[in-house]
Amino acid sequence: MSTQSFTAPQAVAIGPRSGAAGRRGRIARRWRYATSAGLAVLYAVLLVWTFMPIYNIVMIALEHEGDVYGNNILPVQPSLDSFWVVFTQGYWYLENFWHQFGNTVFIAGMVTFLVLLIASMTSFTVGRMRLRNGWLITNAALLTYVIPASFLAIPFYLIMNHYGLANNPWSVIAALVTFATPYAIFIFQEYGRSIPIELDESARIDGASPLVIYLRIYLPLMAPALVAVGTYALLLAWNEYLYQFLLLSDKRNMTVPVALAQFLNSDQAPWNYMMATAIIYALPPLATYYAFRNRMSSGLTMGGVKG
Amino acid sequence: MTAATVLDVGSPSSKQKQSLWRYWRGNLKGSEFTWALAFSVPYIAVFVAFVAYPVFYGLWMGSDPALYSDVFSDVIYQDTVVNTLVFVVLGVNLKLFLALLLSGVFMRPGWVTKVMLMLFVLPWAVPQLPAFISLHWMLNGEWGLLNNALWILGGIEGPSWLNERWTALGAAIASHIWKWTPFWTVILLAGRMSIPQDIYDAAKVDGATGLNRFLFVTFPLLANLYLVLTLLATIFLLGDFNTVFFVTGGGPNNETHLLATLGVRNAFDLARPDLGVAVVMTALPVLIPLVIILMRKLRTAEVQL
Repeated sequence: MSTQSFTAPQAVAIGPRSGAAGRRGRIARRWRYATSAGLAVLYAVLLVWTFMPIYNIVMIALEHEGDVYGNNILPVQPSLDSFWVVFTQGYWYLENFWHQFGNTVFIAGMVTFLVLLIASMTSFTVGRMRLRNGWLITNAALLTYVIPASFLAIPFYLIMNHYGLANNPWSVIAALVTFATPYAIFIFQEYGRSIPIELDESARIDGASPLVIYLRIYLPLMAPALVAVGTYALLLAWNEYLYQFLLLSDKRNMTVPVALAQFLNSDQAPWNYMMATAIIYALPPLATYYAFRNRMSSGLTMGGVKG
Repeated sequence: MTAATVLDVGSPSSKQKQSLWRYWRGNLKGSEFTWALAFSVPYIAVFVAFVAYPVFYGLWMGSDPALYSDVFSDVIYQDTVVNTLVFVVLGVNLKLFLALLLSGVFMRPGWVTKVMLMLFVLPWAVPQLPAFISLHWMLNGEWGLLNNALWILGGIEGPSWLNERWTALGAAIASHIWKWTPFWTVILLAGRMSIPQDIYDAAKVDGATGLNRFLFVTFPLLANLYLVLTLLATIFLLGDFNTVFFVTGGGPNNETHLLATLGVRNAFDLARPDLGVAVVMTALPVLIPLVIILMRKLRTAEVQL
């Protein structure tokens, strides 16, 4: 009975649109139109805002050198020549391009591997083995996370000379591992809480050594977090500029971003080649980002927010 | 308990040593403790060699008080402090406020929103260097895309954005906002998604809709997260190097430097590493309290619901 009395007024409202109910319906409809129109405007503005600098890169990469210095907003005679020049290293600034690309791949790969290894080992001892005073390690990591990396650049550069690592890719790897590991430790700590500790304990009673527990139980169960952190470390190493710029000055061991920035400082920068280089350099991280986007952003929120 | 204490007091030093050893070992048995040490050594080594040593080396380099009279009397440094303040206040707040609003928009159901979100995060996914180089050229007064578009589409002659201090600084701030708003939007979006639907249902019964729903339900629940993000964004922004270095290059006439870029300029362009460190060190009175508050917040506070 009570349900009937509830449904009755609704039926009236849906019926003939007259009187107060009809007016309310019209207002609601108008409000809906206004919202979707406002939303369309907002989305249009957002798209222009988001894509303008990206469109700018693509447009210049498609132009000929002379057309870069023009007042057009569409590419004049678009062609893929600049990409071909970069691919074949056909300009003196680009003569080491693929070698430098290889350096970037090597550094990013090593950083990813070392970050995963060191951070997972650390969070295993602190979170799973419950090493006493492990909070000291976690706090050291937290402190590193909140110190801006650029503030340490100058002493870091001088210290690399002390260590005899000046102009050596390993100095960059050391720097990037240092700044990527803390965040990785948080993520692993946070994620590790969802894995029951009883698993470790029963393995321990069965006589498994910590190494076996780490390899056979911890790492396989941490796989999603490893993927998230691996993506993070890879992108960080690929995208980083300051340390690579300070620590690598030789043409042969330079990475792509350093070479790209050198381009910018030369007197007659061929912008179309530079933008084509920039696009080729940006594609691998973009693909990685979109492939692992969902896992990455869940990881980011875990670490960036909860700590 | 008292008996144990008495025994401890009476015990010889070797036993004390043993209990200290036992204290450090905790509940770990002999070989397990060795493993635990072996597993934690890599990170400790990294921290000592590449964080602790540079930090103390930097503190030692910047310990000469005479350096600071050089720093403070430098006109470029004085400009830099103003720039940093403007950059932090506008950059952090505009970026986070935009992110807060946009995260609400991206909560809407439907595929249009999903596609928009995917496109919107593009600036975050693009590496910094190509993005900022592109922005640098886009803002060129003579040949840049922005002024060309303004002229062709609106008949407006845009200024030389990067040739005047305040427009250049504005350009750098806008570039920073362009690059990083997606990142904070995604985080705030996750924060909003973790608010259970029944809270909204209850609020609806109580008559909270539209703006009231945001003011009295969503925002109070997100407030703590928003505060943590503000602190984090402030620290990240204080250390921002790439935006200013590539968009304005510190120019015109070194008028748009931030602390990080000025430090690197002093250390490498002027070959005065101590002066560079001193510039960065002047951020410590602001940075240290921020770091302490943030470390407490990060350790204790989860997204509070």
